[in-house]
Amino acid sequence: MLAYGPTGLGSRGGRLARALDLHEYQGKELFRRHGIPVSEGRLALDPEDARAAADALGYPVVVKAQVLTGGRGKAGGIKLAESGDEVEARAREILGMDIRGHVVSKLWIERASDIAREYYLSLTFDRSAKKPLFMFTTQGGMEIEEVAATSPDALVRLHVDPLEGCHPWHARRLVYEGGVTDPGEQKQIAAVVQKLYDAFVGAEAMLCEINPLIVTPEGEVRALDSKFTVDDNALFRHPDIAELRDVSAADPLEALAREKGVTYVKLDGEVGVLGNGAGLTMATVDVVTFAGGRPANFCDLGGGGDAQGVVEALEVITRDPQVRAIFFNIFGGITRCDEVARGILQAVAQMGLELPIVVRLDGTNAEEGRRILGDAALPNLSTEATMLDGARRAVELAV
Amino acid sequence: MAILVDSGTRLVVQGLTGSEGRFHGLRNRSHGTNVVAGVTPGKGGQDVDGIPVFDSVAAAVRETDANTAMVFVPAPFAADAMYEAVGAGVRTVVCITEGVPAHEMLRLHAFVEDRDVSIVGPNCPGALSPGKANVGIIPAEIFREGSVGLVSRSGTLTYQIGHELTQLGLGCSTIVGIGGDPVVGSSFIDILRLFEADEQTEQVIMVGEIGGDEEEKAAAFIEAEMSKPVVGYIAGYAAPPGKTMGHAGAIISGSAGTATAKKEALEARGIRVGKTPTEAAQIVAEIVGG
Repeated sequence: MLAYGPTGLGSRGGRLARALDLHEYQGKELFRRHGIPVSEGRLALDPEDARAAADALGYPVVVKAQVLTGGRGKAGGIKLAESGDEVEARAREILGMDIRGHVVSKLWIERASDIAREYYLSLTFDRSAKKPLFMFTTQGGMEIEEVAATSPDALVRLHVDPLEGCHPWHARRLVYEGGVTDPGEQKQIAAVVQKLYDAFVGAEAMLCEINPLIVTPEGEVRALDSKFTVDDNALFRHPDIAELRDVSAADPLEALAREKGVTYVKLDGEVGVLGNGAGLTMATVDVVTFAGGRPANFCDLGGGGDAQGVVEALEVITRDPQVRAIFFNIFGGITRCDEVARGILQAVAQMGLELPIVVRLDGTNAEEGRRILGDAALPNLSTEATMLDGARRAVELAV
Repeated sequence: MAILVDSGTRLVVQGLTGSEGRFHGLRNRSHGTNVVAGVTPGKGGQDVDGIPVFDSVAAAVRETDANTAMVFVPAPFAADAMYEAVGAGVRTVVCITEGVPAHEMLRLHAFVEDRDVSIVGPNCPGALSPGKANVGIIPAEIFREGSVGLVSRSGTLTYQIGHELTQLGLGCSTIVGIGGDPVVGSSFIDILRLFEADEQTEQVIMVGEIGGDEEEKAAAFIEAEMSKPVVGYIAGYAAPPGKTMGHAGAIISGSAGTATAKKEALEARGIRVGKTPTEAAQIVAEIVGG
């Protein structure tokens, strides 16, 4: 399973929110619109819903957890059901299940498929080549990372020049080099290749993955799963896709942060980390870790960081009950340290914050910022001169 | 002589009449950059604090001999602005705008690939050659003029490292923020190549972060083609691994994309890596001090 999503681009502070991962059922709907064959299915939110969907589709069906993470099958989130009672029972088991921290609240009920062969097809961004990259293998049905590692020759890779677009020769080359021999299959897979490119460009996707791409005993080719990740930056011209964002699937604090325009990532320790800019925030998380601490979360104020932004970011990180101390690491460029200092004081006053706060300010107007904080003389607020000293102090206070 | 921007830079600011464009355009001018023109379609004939505004980049180039463009237009129009600048004969285009769709950048990159043009960004802080020219939003006050070339994927982290260098008495030839978007114009290697050829630059510090495999590719380039010492820094050692859904980047590149993997890839090529910005700057100081 591949991804390149918010997540895949990953864990990169301000860059976390750059892509929108779609659920399987949403990706399949986009596939269907572009003419890629998928099985008929319906969405269900409770066991009764699931039974009604299955009754309408006809048995057997597959009950599939809709969560934005991989490993659903291994976690028991995908089950076959032969009857209405069985569908209800499976739905009951899967709904509410925690799969890698994602709680299942939606099910996709789909007509079960007979599978003769399983292939793999994806189209993604190759950041280095700066071109879309197709990957295809007839060795589907196993982890694609494993295919890449154990039999790299079986994984066919083909770049597409974005100015040229995807032509029939691209599809032919993938199919022939992948070793598909049956003419009927060749033709159908070649069609899927071109339609996948259309879907990728049409939705301005970062990743479109079909794993597995199956062949039925009757020789029909069909997409049995979808991983579809769309570029956040392009959503302004794809309102129909933008509204597919599943707000409930995100961590509630991450959703709150998104609403407030700051980037927030939940971790598992005790030190709340606030920085400005993705790189500096990440470096701050590193330094806290090197100082022997465990970051509880981190929040990137972004390039701006006015007083109101600081208040909102503090609101987000202090809602996490694990936070025992806060480390503010600000390097003022465009951000002015005096503004940040005022924001901190305003937030502490407004929220009645009693948690220890360590502040390190440097760069534009840093002296004035430190003076403002010094004059306020708050018992729970201290300043440190360097990033390393600030991290050490915050870690001590969090114990 | 520095790279990308210097005393020969004649800058046209696309979007000079907008609030951000105006603020930073004038700020760049106050740091000695020769800002010769602005472009805002429909506002030709106006001026911004004495800087003439034109309707098109072509007109700005014709009238003012602009050779460098800074793009400050909103994201939906930024790719158009970059094509326009390239089409008008501008050879260095710095795009500060954040949020440019990645597919636009794919096509733009394919378009400029065989042209002798440098695109920096988008979503980057720009390029600063202390004492010569500043094109972008890097706070010039933090840096001193000197011999260290600095190239970075991150904005504020660049400032942090610049600050550390300044504290150690070191100056920079040019500071380039290449931006952290999935598809950017100039890569680490493009900038490293310029630093290698630049007379003023004697050492280089490369500031990377997790994700992708640009740092790994740069490491191979440094070993094979650079005579100047390069020091690395990578942010994100403690980044949460569970946040990734999969490994597309890893399959494409054969690298895990983690900070540790990048550090090891650099060190395997004989490149020293600092684990914190402070340590990275100290290594540069050691090299400079011999």
